[in-house]
Amino acid sequence: MSKIIQVVFLLLFLFSLSACLSENVKPWERGTLAKQSMQLVPDELENFLDEHIYFSKEASTGGRSVGGGGCGCN
Amino acid sequence: MSKFTSKPVRDSLTIACATLLQPSGTAQAELMEDIEIDTAVLYYSESDGRVSLIEPVIKLKSELEEDEFFSLQIVFDALTGASPNGAQSSNVAQTFTTPSGNGSYTIAAGDLPLDDTFRDTRLAVTATLEKPVDRLTKNLFTANFSKEFDWLSLGAGYTFSKDFNQRNTTFSAGAGLTLDTIDPIGGAPIALSTMAAQNKESDESRTSYDLMVGLTQVLSKKTITQLNLGISQSDGYHNDPFKIVSEFDNITGQPTGTYLFESRPDARQRTTLYWKTAHHLTEDVINFAYRFYTDDWGIDSHTLDLKYRFTLSDTDYLQPHIRYYSQTAADFYRHSLLDNETVPEFVSADYRLGEFNTMTYGIKYGRNLGKNHDISGRIEFMQQTGDSNPADAVGEQLNQDLYPDLDAIILQFSYSFIW
Repeated sequence: MSKIIQVVFLLLFLFSLSACLSENVKPWERGTLAKQSMQLVPDELENFLDEHIYFSKEASTGGRSVGGGGCGCN
Repeated sequence: MSKFTSKPVRDSLTIACATLLQPSGTAQAELMEDIEIDTAVLYYSESDGRVSLIEPVIKLKSELEEDEFFSLQIVFDALTGASPNGAQSSNVAQTFTTPSGNGSYTIAAGDLPLDDTFRDTRLAVTATLEKPVDRLTKNLFTANFSKEFDWLSLGAGYTFSKDFNQRNTTFSAGAGLTLDTIDPIGGAPIALSTMAAQNKESDESRTSYDLMVGLTQVLSKKTITQLNLGISQSDGYHNDPFKIVSEFDNITGQPTGTYLFESRPDARQRTTLYWKTAHHLTEDVINFAYRFYTDDWGIDSHTLDLKYRFTLSDTDYLQPHIRYYSQTAADFYRHSLLDNETVPEFVSADYRLGEFNTMTYGIKYGRNLGKNHDISGRIEFMQQTGDSNPADAVGEQLNQDLYPDLDAIILQFSYSFIW
């Protein structure tokens, strides 16, 4: 558990640093950010199908959202 | 295609959705002008006659009120092929009992023991409601239902998110609950009992709780990043009822003919740290994600995912994809047991709990066909590799591949439009 706490603090530090260094982007400057290709998950179905594949083939899961459905996928 | 343009049907569906969700306002039905429809079909196929899957999915999304969205996703999948049963290959033929206990199958010398009676179909439905509280705050509710032949999963989730810092920072927090019921044909095998005895018990269940907090930050006009921390606790039945562990002679390294049903702990705690960034270059877009995962079964993993979207024209793009995954083995993972040792309390030979790497390479092409019609297709190749010659192999096991590679192809076609 201590390992993950260290990683969390490191990433939070980097995240805070990046937030401090970030520009204050105004609403009218968000044309690029509003594009579909700039969404953090630009293709929801592709993401869903990939998560199903890797959930079935690897021991790790989760990270992006909560309350996902389980399955006995082999 | 005419059914998609049948206005009376669309209006009926619109009113039905709105009435269901807005009991107080039939007038709200008029707010739902359009329904966004995303469709996709996935074909996944493993080499050597292992698992094949066809999975069509459709997602409908509609705006009920300003910034209030309801979506419904329906997935069907059909699985066929053969799945490793957990036993190791050897230089003699091996005979196994089918999971139902009513039949048997024999695997030739040198071949990986695969259970080819394996097939399943699944129907899964997810409903999501995104409801704003005010201009900066919103609630997201999800409900999941998934049913396959021997498995029922019910889930619910709630996520709260709030924008700060002139909407350049978003904080989110969520909680989820999943209830699984597992009812394999003939019952769930008793852990560590022999395959020959076929000692089964009734259905089993598992409850999982998820918690997540996340921060999303706009870094510039062209860069956005997100960091999520997730914790999950599951209690109950965690065994795979179809997986066995084979016992080998400690000198000759040949199977003794004894196969035990696997035994996993009845609880699992998982922690994930997930970081994602999207950056827009002059024309192209880079999308990068990293996940660190750790659980109390001893599994740690790292996942790196990179997509680069080349903009070919106003309507076309090409997107190469590379994904790297690496995990350590569960503390109780064993490729096999030896006949001179005490059987451990927990043991599994499920290759997914072993130490391995996955590499995926793919390419996707997408095209906008004009006014809200988009198509895309992708092809990807996945390979999993583990340690084929572990240091603890004995006798004849030294001549066997104790972690055969897995190769798979992934094909997907998608079509999205607005109705």
